[in-house]
Amino acid sequence: MFLINCPFCGERDQSEFSSGGEAHIVRPKQPTELSDDEWAEYLFMRKNIKGIQFERWNHVHGCRKWFNVVRDTSNDKILSVYKMGEKPPVNYK
Amino acid sequence: MKNKYSVFSLIKNALSQHENWQQAWGNPEPKKEYEAIIVGGGGHGLATAYYLAKKHNLKNIAVLEKGWIGGGNTGRNTTIIRSNYLWDASAGLYDHALKLWENLSQELNYNVMFSQRGVMNLAHNLQDVRDLKRRTHANRLNGIDAVWLNTEEVKKFCPIINTSPDIRYPVLGGTLQRRAGTARHDAVAWGYARGASEMGVDIIQNCEVKGIKRNGDIVEGLDTTKGFIKTNKIGVVAAGHSSVIANMAGLKLPLESKPLQALVSEPVKPIIDTVVMSNAVHAYVSQSDKGELVIGAGTDSYVSYTQRGSHNIVEETLKAILELYPIFSRMKMLRQWGGIVDICPDASPIISKTNIKGLYFNCGWGTGGFKATPGSGDLFAHTIANDEPHKLNAAFNLNRFVSGDLVDEHGAAAVAH
Repeated sequence: MFLINCPFCGERDQSEFSSGGEAHIVRPKQPTELSDDEWAEYLFMRKNIKGIQFERWNHVHGCRKWFNVVRDTSNDKILSVYKMGEKPPVNYK
Repeated sequence: MKNKYSVFSLIKNALSQHENWQQAWGNPEPKKEYEAIIVGGGGHGLATAYYLAKKHNLKNIAVLEKGWIGGGNTGRNTTIIRSNYLWDASAGLYDHALKLWENLSQELNYNVMFSQRGVMNLAHNLQDVRDLKRRTHANRLNGIDAVWLNTEEVKKFCPIINTSPDIRYPVLGGTLQRRAGTARHDAVAWGYARGASEMGVDIIQNCEVKGIKRNGDIVEGLDTTKGFIKTNKIGVVAAGHSSVIANMAGLKLPLESKPLQALVSEPVKPIIDTVVMSNAVHAYVSQSDKGELVIGAGTDSYVSYTQRGSHNIVEETLKAILELYPIFSRMKMLRQWGGIVDICPDASPIISKTNIKGLYFNCGWGTGGFKATPGSGDLFAHTIANDEPHKLNAAFNLNRFVSGDLVDEHGAAAVAH
């Protein structure tokens, strides 16, 4: 349980948000060209990182907007929040 | 067995103030090389080592555990055992495990306190009723005992349930698997550890895996906090940390690790003699032999390795418990904890070879791995020893996420994941 600083509404309880999982998984440009392996990679395979993870959240019980979060999954500490379309911060790897 | 437990050994040791019991398993330093290494000393890992030694005649095996054996999800779950899964592949897998449970105390000469007190799954709306009835039919076609109970029969089987029609989620009926029940979770890990150790398996605690050494597509050994250990067969049974280990071999798995919580109340006199699960309101409850109510909550929605879980999840679960069992309204909760569960997109496990020779994964059990412990160990041992899956775990391969042959138990398996 933690607070998330929604870039549109400010700091709110995590229970107001819904997690959208790993961020920056790019939707295939030409789905018809994809092999089964590439589909599996896109749909199912996840980094599932223990440590610093880039992820998407939706403020579902608030402004209902999507945004990105950098969070350390080993202690739930949020390191950065940035809007959709913005470049991810480079100081976290 | 060198040190067989019996009523006579109990009397003998009682006379010497229980000071002369032998250590149940060894505490060796790792050797330089093993035929096979199991990563993860939980129930599934220890069971795998046990069956490798017992049925496949491998003698030079080690189990590496970064903490202490049974200290992960084996010691954190709500100990529910059942096999009433919808699909044929799952029914085969979980009923294989249930059959092994039925004789496990005798097999291990260790009382795992397996108690077939029945598991009842409640229906709260018309769709639940249809789904659960369909599942009882599917179960019976697969030779698994299952019956449908109407509201009156539910009330008769578990009188403390509030079956009033005017509650928010009224009880419209339920299914019952009488062969299902609970077991003592620690005893399962300890029993397998003792059995495996007796057959020469090295159980190495406080030994964390730091890297997997590969030569091309063949594994050569493991870097650990106790040095490099050579082996050509690695079975990874690391539950919530499976992706972390996979990453060391350059593999990605279709898993997300999330905290799952459970809690127990203060101990009270016997009040509920079965296990009741409710999918729609997500509450399940049983009572331990010590008298505590054992309550299972849901998972958090986000990836986390914190072994804590959020308070709002517990709150929602207790709300549901109170509506179903108003009698518990003044119970105090004693302890709450979280475990990290590795959830597959189809909510079914992976017991599989990988495209790296000698590297095997047993993971993705998500919120319900405890019930499968003996079967999981048995089938994973078979897979490692023969480099081929057993027919019961063939469907649970890693390649199903490429081929599309998912075993979709999400929601179908009588509990929300």
